Amino acid sequence: MSTITTGELTEVLSETTLLRFATAGSVDDGKSTLVGRLLHDSKSVLVDQLEAVERASASRGQDAPDLALLTDGLRAEREQGITIDVAYRYFATPRRRFILADTPGHVQYTRNMVTGASTAELTVILVDARNGVVEQTRRHAAIAALLRVPHVVLAVNKMDLVGYEEQVFAKIAEEFTAYASELGVPEITAIPISALAGDNVVEPSANMDWYGGPTVLEHLETVPASHDMAHCHARLPVQYVIRPQTADHPDYRGYAGQIAAGTFRVGDPVTVLPSGRATKVAGIDLLGKPVDEAWTPQSVTLLLEDDIDISRGDLIVPSKDAPATTQDIEATVCHVADAPLTVGHRVLLKHGTRTVKAIVKDIPSRLTLDDLSLHPHPGQLVANDIGRVKIRTAEALPVDSYADSRRTGSFILIDPNDGTTLTAGMVGESFASPEPVKDEAEDDGWDF
Amino acid sequence: MTTVASVSSETDSPYSLSHLDALESEAVHIFREVAGEFERPVILFSGGKDSIVMLHLALKAFAPAAIPFSLLHVDTGHNFPEVIEYRDRTVDKHGLRLHVASVQDYIDRGVLKERPDGTRNPLQTVPLTEKIQDEKFDAVFGGGRRDEEKARAKERVFSLRDEFSQWDPRRQRPELWQLYNGRHAPGEHVRVFPLSNWTELDVWQYIAREDIELPQIYFAHQREVFQRAGMWLTAGDWGGPKDGENVEKRLIRYRTVGDMSCTGAVDSDATTLDAVIAEIAASRLTERGATRADDKLSEAAMEDRKREGYF
Repeated sequence: MSTITTGELTEVLSETTLLRFATAGSVDDGKSTLVGRLLHDSKSVLVDQLEAVERASASRGQDAPDLALLTDGLRAEREQGITIDVAYRYFATPRRRFILADTPGHVQYTRNMVTGASTAELTVILVDARNGVVEQTRRHAAIAALLRVPHVVLAVNKMDLVGYEEQVFAKIAEEFTAYASELGVPEITAIPISALAGDNVVEPSANMDWYGGPTVLEHLETVPASHDMAHCHARLPVQYVIRPQTADHPDYRGYAGQIAAGTFRVGDPVTVLPSGRATKVAGIDLLGKPVDEAWTPQSVTLLLEDDIDISRGDLIVPSKDAPATTQDIEATVCHVADAPLTVGHRVLLKHGTRTVKAIVKDIPSRLTLDDLSLHPHPGQLVANDIGRVKIRTAEALPVDSYADSRRTGSFILIDPNDGTTLTAGMVGESFASPEPVKDEAEDDGWDF
Repeated sequence: MTTVASVSSETDSPYSLSHLDALESEAVHIFREVAGEFERPVILFSGGKDSIVMLHLALKAFAPAAIPFSLLHVDTGHNFPEVIEYRDRTVDKHGLRLHVASVQDYIDRGVLKERPDGTRNPLQTVPLTEKIQDEKFDAVFGGGRRDEEKARAKERVFSLRDEFSQWDPRRQRPELWQLYNGRHAPGEHVRVFPLSNWTELDVWQYIAREDIELPQIYFAHQREVFQRAGMWLTAGDWGGPKDGENVEKRLIRYRTVGDMSCTGAVDSDATTLDAVIAEIAASRLTERGATRADDKLSEAAMEDRKREGYF
């Protein structure tokens, strides 16, 4: 176990790509078993961690090591035998490095699932083959769709308990795919597994000849790690202005930021928002190295041809592809704080690198994720609620639709009094507004 | 390894990043957010590999300008001389400002008492917190990684601390997308962890790729050590060896750098970066499991120390 072959070593030493993914589910679905098996079979659980789990399991009177104890890091979680928070796990295969956001699946942890999904490029949704698609499955699919996670894996677990029957799997996969597609999930891969027995998790199953697709790990290793790529609108939120003012660099003035979407090239005509001033990209510094082109999610410093007034919070965009600026934002939100969000609430809104004052003008509806039922004018949103809100900001913001850009179409609301993060917002229409609530007086026409 | 035959190349190429480039970009973004939103940030710098990588990332983030932060070292008084030499040379080389919070001062003044086991790691919290308060630091960069320990796996990138530096895991702010929330009241500060998503192996691979110099104790060398609680500790006037503990000369290296009294060495013949990386890739123990006595105190040792304001 402690030996490593030369071939493996060469692979370990080289650079690979990174995939961020999320799992949602509860102990009943076998999520911990699946995660434990991925970590264990990819040799990411080390001896001292396993020993600690074995000691803790034994002291609780459990016969077998409880792999959930690997991820349940807080005392309260271990004592109550639940996962409260998002736990981040790290593992690697010779092909890829993985960041796993492991989140609890019950409805009272919707905010945790939303948090985990916000940065995920893939999400694994577990169902029990004996129960099929249930309320919780529909909620998890809705969250993946709402957060626009590019890839969804449906892991139909406990196939060993249904005799590895193809028909059982096919029926669940069909029902789920139909539901999730309608919500707008772009890509769904259904995989029949038994996390407990190890079927199709890391190794192909000998019990399901009828399945010709990849195992869970194979799929994770080969799925395209998609960011908001070249075809997307290029966006650079300015984080910081770099001005050395030294003898070597008396006139250097660079605009530092992480490219939120798309690509920038030297010579591109660009516009700075919200001022609307136009110029061209004179140079791109990629952490000390000049390059001709840079793309998301690289952190860069842009040099511009004209000396115009730019500061933190501005957004640099291609002149031919600038978003409209607006003070009226309509969005689907997930409320993440314990205190409710109410109509009239005065908040701070952080979008990209800009934070502005804002007021919640209206909460047209609340959505129940389990059955997609809409509840008009709830008056407030409490923790874990998904709803529609209308917000008026003190300054115009260059927002994209979340459907177009996960990074420049998202924002958070912050309590100005104690700094609490209140709400996660996604700009524009979603399935949560199947019939957009029209308010003639305030409908100023989104132009996406 | 960025191209695997079966990988669809439509989005992985040409606009893909290696995992080290992705982690580097994320860390740089975090440094720049802090520079943009805080008044007096400081980098915790111990001369250990994680803090060295943090400093390297900060230098890249603001080049060609100087980094807009100073450094803070919590000096336990039980330091490896090689590390202190490295620290001072690095501060000189980059023209940085170094603050030191000294545990020995607190012991000399009678404010802190030496523990019976001689371990000073838990004693760092008060000098650290008071230095943060005195200097009015509002953002404190730490090199903590979520892969190190299971309580750290739940830590946010921006972690709010009260005036006592306490961490309340039940009241953490959700972190969505790349929208970090650094709001804090006067007297509070935010601990910031740019290496949150890095693993030990990532750190070493990055050190190799960027050709970053490290203190020599990270590489195999002959050293007089003695065994205590299953770990090889360096003999010294901090309190070891005691009766019944025998000093012997072994070929060892350090996998982590901390207080001499509780940082264990590992048997190793890895004298180069590549050899170290190969050794870590093959290791079946986490770095804390292999080298930190303080984390073996209890299942929740790290959580308890973090709640009290530890790094």
